[in-house]
Amino acid sequence: MRVPYSWLRDYCDPDVPAEELAERLAMTGTEVERVTTIGPPLADGFVVGRVVACERHPNADRLSVCSVDTGDGEPRTIVCGAPNVAAGQTVPVALPGATMPGGTKLGEAKLRGVRSAGMILSAAELEIAEEADGILVLDDGGAAPGAPLAEILPVAEQVLELEVTPNRVDCFGVYGVAREVHAISGAPLAPEPWAEDAPAEGAGEVTDYASVEVEVPELCPRFTARVFTDVTIGPSPAWLQARLTAAGQRPINNVVDVTNYVMLLTAQPLHAFDLDRVPDGALIVRAAEEGETMTTLDDVERRLDAETVLVCDRGGPSGIAGIMGGQSSEVSDGTTRVLLEVANWNGTNILRTSRMLGLRSEASSRFEKQLHPKLCLRAQRLASRLMVELCGARLVPGTIDVAAEVPPPRRIRLRGSRVERLLGMRMPQTDEIAYLEGLGFLAEPEDGDLIVEVPPDRHYDVTREVDLVEEVARIHGLDEHLPSTLPAVGQVGGLSRAQRLRRRAGDAMRDLGFDEVVGWSFTDPAEAGRLRIPDDDPRASGVVISNPLSEEQSVMRTTLLGSLLDVARRNLAHGADRIALFESGRVYLTTPPTGRKRTDGDRIRPIDPLAGGFPGERAAPVTEPQRLGCLAVGSLTPPSWRGGEDEADFFALKGVLEALAQRLGVELSFEAAPEPFLHPGRAAGVAVGGEAVGWLGELQPLVCREWDLDAAIGFEVDLGPLLAAATAGDETFEDVTTYPSVRQDLAVVVPDDVPAARVREAVVSGGGELLREAAVFDLYEGEQLGEGRKSLALRLEFRADDRTLTDEEVAELREAIAARLGEVGGSLRE
Amino acid sequence: MLERVAEIEADAGAAIGAAAGTAELEELRVRYLGRKAELTMILRGIAELPQEERGRVGAAANKARQALEGLIERRSAELDASELESRLAGDRIDVTLPGSPARPAGHPHLITRTIRQIEDVMIGLGYTVAEGPEIEHDYYNFTALNHPPGHPARMLQDTFYVQSRPEVLLRTHTSPVQVRAMEAQPPPIFVIVPGKVYRRDSDATHSPMFHQVEGLAIGEGITLADLQGTLEEMLRAIFGEGREARMRPHFFPFTEPSVEFDVSCFQCEGSGELADGERCNLCKGIGWIEVGGAGMVDPNVLGFVESNGYDAERVQGFAFGMGVERIAMLRHGVPDLRRFFDNDVRMLEQFS
Repeated sequence: MRVPYSWLRDYCDPDVPAEELAERLAMTGTEVERVTTIGPPLADGFVVGRVVACERHPNADRLSVCSVDTGDGEPRTIVCGAPNVAAGQTVPVALPGATMPGGTKLGEAKLRGVRSAGMILSAAELEIAEEADGILVLDDGGAAPGAPLAEILPVAEQVLELEVTPNRVDCFGVYGVAREVHAISGAPLAPEPWAEDAPAEGAGEVTDYASVEVEVPELCPRFTARVFTDVTIGPSPAWLQARLTAAGQRPINNVVDVTNYVMLLTAQPLHAFDLDRVPDGALIVRAAEEGETMTTLDDVERRLDAETVLVCDRGGPSGIAGIMGGQSSEVSDGTTRVLLEVANWNGTNILRTSRMLGLRSEASSRFEKQLHPKLCLRAQRLASRLMVELCGARLVPGTIDVAAEVPPPRRIRLRGSRVERLLGMRMPQTDEIAYLEGLGFLAEPEDGDLIVEVPPDRHYDVTREVDLVEEVARIHGLDEHLPSTLPAVGQVGGLSRAQRLRRRAGDAMRDLGFDEVVGWSFTDPAEAGRLRIPDDDPRASGVVISNPLSEEQSVMRTTLLGSLLDVARRNLAHGADRIALFESGRVYLTTPPTGRKRTDGDRIRPIDPLAGGFPGERAAPVTEPQRLGCLAVGSLTPPSWRGGEDEADFFALKGVLEALAQRLGVELSFEAAPEPFLHPGRAAGVAVGGEAVGWLGELQPLVCREWDLDAAIGFEVDLGPLLAAATAGDETFEDVTTYPSVRQDLAVVVPDDVPAARVREAVVSGGGELLREAAVFDLYEGEQLGEGRKSLALRLEFRADDRTLTDEEVAELREAIAARLGEVGGSLRE
Repeated sequence: MLERVAEIEADAGAAIGAAAGTAELEELRVRYLGRKAELTMILRGIAELPQEERGRVGAAANKARQALEGLIERRSAELDASELESRLAGDRIDVTLPGSPARPAGHPHLITRTIRQIEDVMIGLGYTVAEGPEIEHDYYNFTALNHPPGHPARMLQDTFYVQSRPEVLLRTHTSPVQVRAMEAQPPPIFVIVPGKVYRRDSDATHSPMFHQVEGLAIGEGITLADLQGTLEEMLRAIFGEGREARMRPHFFPFTEPSVEFDVSCFQCEGSGELADGERCNLCKGIGWIEVGGAGMVDPNVLGFVESNGYDAERVQGFAFGMGVERIAMLRHGVPDLRRFFDNDVRMLEQFS
């Protein structure tokens, strides 16, 4: 909302610079985006002049030499290039020394041999209009020659650009802002400009000219209409054009300008019809047919739906209610009779329709916030006076007023203790009354409380006691008066176990040398294809955004891998020689959640937020498991003069994942398992306690190629189940010192398709509980073992809690292990 | 014979003492104590000596042998030590070459670090950390936060919606977790909510994805003054001791009264002017920097969870929210919001 300061001061003049007022507004709840100056920076040197004589320039056809009275005794000579300059005109003049808009200082100049002591100005030069055909001719009824121009025209107009919050529809009108300024500054407020009506001097009654029928009263709580005859269309006076321009509206003609001016002053939009283009003056307010079309004033054909409200005449729709008029009954130069519509619309419906049509106007942006039906007649009265005054119109007696619902004034009790109880600061009730009355409320004390009547402008904004508390608080001033205290919290703060472990997981990854990234949750629908994920895989059907900013950001990610690859590619392109990244973040799945469950009525859902089970009565619309993803390209250690940096490979990253698991106190198991984006022979599924939690592997070379990488290796695990199984922090003591352990090595020959994990499992099951450790420490494949066989060496540790193991006991265990190994096709190599 | 033994002992003793290296010493050992050495021969030939000489010669020869063995051992130790010394003296490296790099530690993302910092401050004040879904029901994101359907306040945040599920959207703020947390826990409640949020907007100061931290405190008699005190503690922990908090009235549908809150500028100490008299570029001469939005939780919001003990006549409290990126930008001088999601390691590695 652009508020020209001079206009505001007509109603309330706080007598401070605009910048200072802006700061006070900001501190009481009305943000001022900026204060701009329109026209010359200073009003000095701009005066009213009268053209006493005007002759053609002796040396130039297009120039006139004027003699202009500027109140200083002798008329001065001014050379003017405007075609419309003539003797007898009252004109704006800039004297030598005046600073023009843009900062140039005007001097005396010789134009084709004639000295010119000043400049006669056009509206454009004063920046009170966007363009001008010639000089601005002022009403001669105005000021005398030599009077400061600022007395009749806004020169050096300061404009406050307010960021009005959507609840304050009253501040979408200059008078509403003036009332706010009155309340915060105490400067007197001029009477309401709509108090007085125009004399009704037209012939007959309004019903002789027009009729209004409202078919949808729930969407049109009030429709008022007045008729004006003897209208003369023409340009508005300069002051009005200047104000509209400063407020951001383009002047059109006097009738349209009056409607805009009244809207800007009262916040209530109006619409003028050329009555002679409305058959029989009959208007009907109805809902559109589904699919009905009409052409709005901006020359666009609009397709409507059944919830759109139309203002129609007998020939069809003439405007979309509250949003934009149509061309059929537009006011034009030949208009002599005007029907002035001032209506009230259902804000929710206006908002809906304006969004549906993608069409927002000054009118709709006010109506959508819900205006009070009482504003209609205010606007009619004020507009009528201006129509009579500025358009030569005669007001036909009477007002058509179809009112479905004009709500009675709202009364709210403000309890005496309430302000202090809510705010924690004391405020005398006399202050409360003063603040409320300044804002236009009526406040009557009753039993220690206040009974407050809300003015119509605030009817839909201030509906409860708490709203009144806000009003008095903001006028009282939080900055100076509010103490700073701390609430008695009475609980111990902290992270949940899962949250603590998630931090630990991130810290572990950092300690292991990986940089953390935060990737986009959005991705490209083509990403699944680039990852070779087949269409029937749930990961190929991510959550789709219906209104994305771009196709590349139109689907929610189902894996962290894509964003990790994106980041890797970007960094390699920027010259990085090795990449070690991790992300701890969510993916978004349409498949049901995994993880621990709780029975909740007849619904079963996870309770672990890291697995997507969140607090609240309604389950999350999709599953959002927390994942930890990791990607490495090149060596894990930086290059050195000694060489020795090895490319990260499967086992390097498996070591990282195992180190992470160790810090969390989780035992992971791995088995060969394909993933579409992994090298088929170097891909593992990762599980915790039998539950699959993710993958680990080398990326498929074709996937690498999609991201311009030579090779890459990564893993991605679900943190929910991983952390649920974590024992870190909950370890129990194990006695490893009282009785010695027996360490032995074991060499096992097995067919080479038997995975090491199977061999180890056989060893562990054969060794029973006395076997405390079994770790593979060597792999040998050679001719002497025979084709298709390999030898694995394991280091074993046996220990009992209650005795020293004897050689015989250990030998027995070895035999049991040998027997189990036999079951997987293995034998001990003695 | 006894003289001969003494001679051998003397010669060998001198030779051993003069031995210059372990190899020479080994030669001497073979010469004087080996199988064919004279002393060995003497000992071996004892039996052939006359009866009366056997004892004395045997004893002398054995003594000599033991003495020589002892000399060799000592000399050997001496030689070992000096040989090691000279070997070490010749074994030199260039100690000025760079060390072999340890695997370097990685770096936390600045967003994570900032969130943790805020969490930790609030944990210190007694709060717990709550989390909620990013893909959310319209109900939690708007309706239960006092944005009724068709309310213009919904226009304040341009929202991403999920295809073919018109009631499902990407949350535009972390505030829906307020309602979820209150549904799950009766008052009093003190929670902080970090997380990703989404708005349909993209330029140097707006990213379609960013992070917020939300705070919620509801109990008996919690006031706007408590909000101010809490914000002050938090802002001082983030921006440094001596910072002030300031609240300006504002409008949010889910708080009443609503405020925006500022921190006094930490570059110009709130004066708006730098030491050289120039206008402070950080606060633009205002002395205050906008940080976030806050207010007293609107009774209408509490009304949605009234059955869980949130009777607006009995309990009340505040909520606040702020952008994590904005705080990180202010604290660390990051000029452009989008840098956080470029994940350029050259930037990541500046923050540890």
